[in-house]
Amino acid sequence: MATQDVHAATLDHAHAAGHGHDHHDDHDEHHEQSFIRKYVFSEDHKIIAKQFLITGLLWALLGGALSMLFRLQLGFPNMDWTWLKPVLGNWIVDNKLDPNFYLAMVTMHGTIMVFFVLTAGLSGTFSNFLIPLQVGARDMASGFLNMLSYWFFFISSALMLISLFIETGPASGGWVIYPPLSALPQAMPGSGMGMTLWLTSMAIFIASSLLGSINYISTVINLRTRGMTFTRMPLTIWAFFLTAVIGILSFPVLFSAALLLIFDRSFGTSFYLSEIYINGQPLDNMGGSPILFQHLFWFLGHPEVYIVLLPALGITSEVIATMSRKPIFGYRAMIGSMIVIAFLSFIVWAHHMFVTGMNPFLGTIFMFLTLIIAVPSAVKAFNYITTLWRGNIIFTPAMLFSIGLVSLFISGGLTGIALGNSAIDIQLHDTYFVVAHFHLVMGSASFFGMMAGVYHWFPKMFGRMMNEKLGYIHFWMTFAGVYLVFFPMHYIGISGFPRRYYSFTSYDTFNMYQDLNSFISVAAIITFSSQLIFGFNFFYSIFRGRRATQNPWLSNSLEWTAPINAGHGNWVGAIPNVYRWPYDYSKPGHALDYIPQNVPHWETVESNLDHENDLIAFEREMEAEALADPQSAH
Amino acid sequence: MTTILFIGAILLLVIFGMLLKVQSMVDVVRGSFTKRAGFSNQVNAVLFLIFLVVGLGLFYWITVDSRQYYLPEAASEHGPKIDNQFWTTMIIITIVFVGTHLLLFTFPYLYQFKESRKATFFPDNHKLEFVWTIIPAIVLTILVLGGYKVWSEVTSPAPANHISFEIVGKQFNWMLRYPGKDGILGKHNFRKIDATNTLGIDFTDKNALDDFMPGEIHIPVGIPVKFNIRSRDVLHSVFAIHFRQKMDAVPGMPTSFWFTPTKTTADMRAETGNPNFTYEIACTEVCGAGHFGMKSKIVVDEPEDYAKWLETQQSFLSQNPDYIKDVPENLRSLAEQQLPKQAVTDSTTVVKAAASIQ
Ligand code: HEM
Ligand SMILES: [Cu+2]
Ligand SMILES: [Cu+2]
Repeated sequence: MATQDVHAATLDHAHAAGHGHDHHDDHDEHHEQSFIRKYVFSEDHKIIAKQFLITGLLWALLGGALSMLFRLQLGFPNMDWTWLKPVLGNWIVDNKLDPNFYLAMVTMHGTIMVFFVLTAGLSGTFSNFLIPLQVGARDMASGFLNMLSYWFFFISSALMLISLFIETGPASGGWVIYPPLSALPQAMPGSGMGMTLWLTSMAIFIASSLLGSINYISTVINLRTRGMTFTRMPLTIWAFFLTAVIGILSFPVLFSAALLLIFDRSFGTSFYLSEIYINGQPLDNMGGSPILFQHLFWFLGHPEVYIVLLPALGITSEVIATMSRKPIFGYRAMIGSMIVIAFLSFIVWAHHMFVTGMNPFLGTIFMFLTLIIAVPSAVKAFNYITTLWRGNIIFTPAMLFSIGLVSLFISGGLTGIALGNSAIDIQLHDTYFVVAHFHLVMGSASFFGMMAGVYHWFPKMFGRMMNEKLGYIHFWMTFAGVYLVFFPMHYIGISGFPRRYYSFTSYDTFNMYQDLNSFISVAAIITFSSQLIFGFNFFYSIFRGRRATQNPWLSNSLEWTAPINAGHGNWVGAIPNVYRWPYDYSKPGHALDYIPQNVPHWETVESNLDHENDLIAFEREMEAEALADPQSAH
Repeated sequence: MTTILFIGAILLLVIFGMLLKVQSMVDVVRGSFTKRAGFSNQVNAVLFLIFLVVGLGLFYWITVDSRQYYLPEAASEHGPKIDNQFWTTMIIITIVFVGTHLLLFTFPYLYQFKESRKATFFPDNHKLEFVWTIIPAIVLTILVLGGYKVWSEVTSPAPANHISFEIVGKQFNWMLRYPGKDGILGKHNFRKIDATNTLGIDFTDKNALDDFMPGEIHIPVGIPVKFNIRSRDVLHSVFAIHFRQKMDAVPGMPTSFWFTPTKTTADMRAETGNPNFTYEIACTEVCGAGHFGMKSKIVVDEPEDYAKWLETQQSFLSQNPDYIKDVPENLRSLAEQQLPKQAVTDSTTVVKAAASIQ
């Protein structure tokens, strides 16, 4: 990090000196910031992005490690667990894993992966990093709120982590924490202190997410540089923007759900509880409905799927276009389908509840709405494939992960068509078929998007390159591994194996597939281990990686016009103007196979389309305006 | 099987190792960024082809190999219809799956980077976009309509000639109650639950007097049967695997499903060639540490056998005469018909004793 610090500091200087002031007034006065202000309580979106990323990666390690533990249980139900006693302590009872702890691990794994890795770690990282850089802003609309967003996430992380170590164990009722199980400490040990910590942690997490989203939205709306119209924004920005909108509309509903659950747990209310007899005693709670919780939960829960997926799709769009050296096919259709997906994601939630006792008529409605959402998803998949067609493809690790994402998105998305059909879902609901489905379409696809993003923007983040060879090995092992782990789960699910089962041995109906389960576990362990290759590559390259050039992928978007290791404020001197969309790759007539967004059309007469020549007069005007008043963004 | 795949995985690893010429970690630092795409680019392009071929091969193999375990034999009238929906959908999505992957994994090979070539500038094509919006929309509409038909049928009210009983989840087992001769389940109240009266049967209701609580579910083949589902503590879910039915058990909100069984347990034993075959119910909503063991048995009888089984069942009251004290005066004589002769005198004394204490 040392060399990089110096570098960044110099640039910071150059920036402050060469460019009188900018709209971040605190910037000039404090450019010699203390270490704490610069790297810990930083307001620079790039630093905050790295904080999100590294925290997210650490969470991924833990979340993955938990899945290794329960995969051991599922793959080798007769295993002697004594050797893990030093780590797991009292959770090993008579050489066996405590079933309560099995559920605790599944719950923590799900919570960690969905919220801490793929919401905070993915969206938090790349929205933060890319929005200002790609729309041409010096920072987020509010650096301070942005800083708070990370530190709320940090506190929330700390609480969730602590909950893993308390005596009664962490929350254990599944990541969906359905009451009454989660409401009654009598029902399972994890519903005691662990659940309290879960709820507190998630409440703070929601605050963090909202602070982030508000910032992303206001930045995209207000701080775009001159010429960066909405239809010239890279698809990444569109994706982050829509993700933030979904987050703002849905997370508060989860907050209410959690709040009411806190009331039920601690203040004797009965929002979710009614007619319960447990531990030899009838409870006084009357008139509540557990189904109410499920509606509230899934009102976030389903959009949450898109909160983790859309940023990954945005990243993929950018990477696939850049590395195919081709415009993304159907730019407007891509935006359109994201908007439609974002909208529909709010009206399909009850497809998770077909067999909860909900009115079957509602089930019918939600089945229709759910299958509609498959259409824009299909459009996206076809557009990705068409983008590859007749491209000139360079396989960077980021590109490999992006192609991998498209594959996983298709494989996982298709089984959604089966699950969204309420008649079929009667049989498949809460079986391993569902586990297979969502791990492919949401878990793995989003994880691949995250990896693509890290490999692609690593040079921008750290001024160095990651090792490509290691990246290739990481990709191929992960890609093969993910399919070997999750594909067979479909077959297990088709045979009816329910999820969240500690073991299947007590059923005659589920007595086959032990070998397949062992196989999945072995594959999972190999896949997980191959992530260590990435870990090494990542941390090693931060310090020792090959130095990056300013625009290593010969990309069009604006972030690559900023200096390597840009300081707070991103550009030295004026922010570049934008004259074109970000996908002018391999434009006929142009000598190079890319034309960055800040290249005006009067410099590319040989490749301009007719209507683009008409823009030149207007662009000249814009340039003059910019020269006259370099401060204003518009 | 595990070993085959395991060896396969190892082999793949070796191939990567050789092709990518993994150098020592020190090399991470070295190298320059002049070539836009080198030998690795070709390797990766070829690996996509290999992945496609090997992947499709494995897909075919596991699909055939697991065929024996697919959707366990359907044993209800609507079961085959759901299976039909499922397989129709699976066939369609398999076609799309294979088709899209053929393109997705051959394009990287066909269009790998060549210094001499320039990619085709192809930003848009409204016709194409229209086609692949409209075709999925049509296919999905057809699938949904099929699903809608089956779903409506499965969730429609049970036919008038149905029989019914009650299945109640608690941590961690299922409890059963049949309505007795009157065919009507008596009321229940969770405040009346105790160690014996685990369902809180309310004996002030005359329909409750002949209710009985068997150890396993018996149902007659060919007659619609309705499961009245309740939970006593947390959420559970009744998954009647072979009958293609599933419904959550929700405390405070009774739910139900119904189906018409088409195969007796004996039929299934003959058909599967497994003399020990039993219909099992699994719990599919996580309910605590014992969730994974919360199973129950269903025995599907010929109607005559079912009738015989009913005959042998004794009402809860007859087995627990103490509860006669909860029966109000006006129903007392009715209740006493439930009791074995000698128990009647016993219970009367009990009740009298109880009354005299008050
Ligand atoms: C290392 C790779 C992973 C493996 C081997 C793995 C394995 C599993 C398995 C077997 C289950 C089901 C356990 C059960 O039902 O008893 C599960 C649950 C789950 N996983 Fe993963 N998983 C992995 C990565 C991920 C990722 C990246 C995500 C991100 C979305 C994720 C999200 C979830 C969720 C939400 C659940 C459900 C938790 C619950 O039932 O409450 N997993 N995982
Ligand atoms: Cu959903
Ligand atoms: Cu259960």
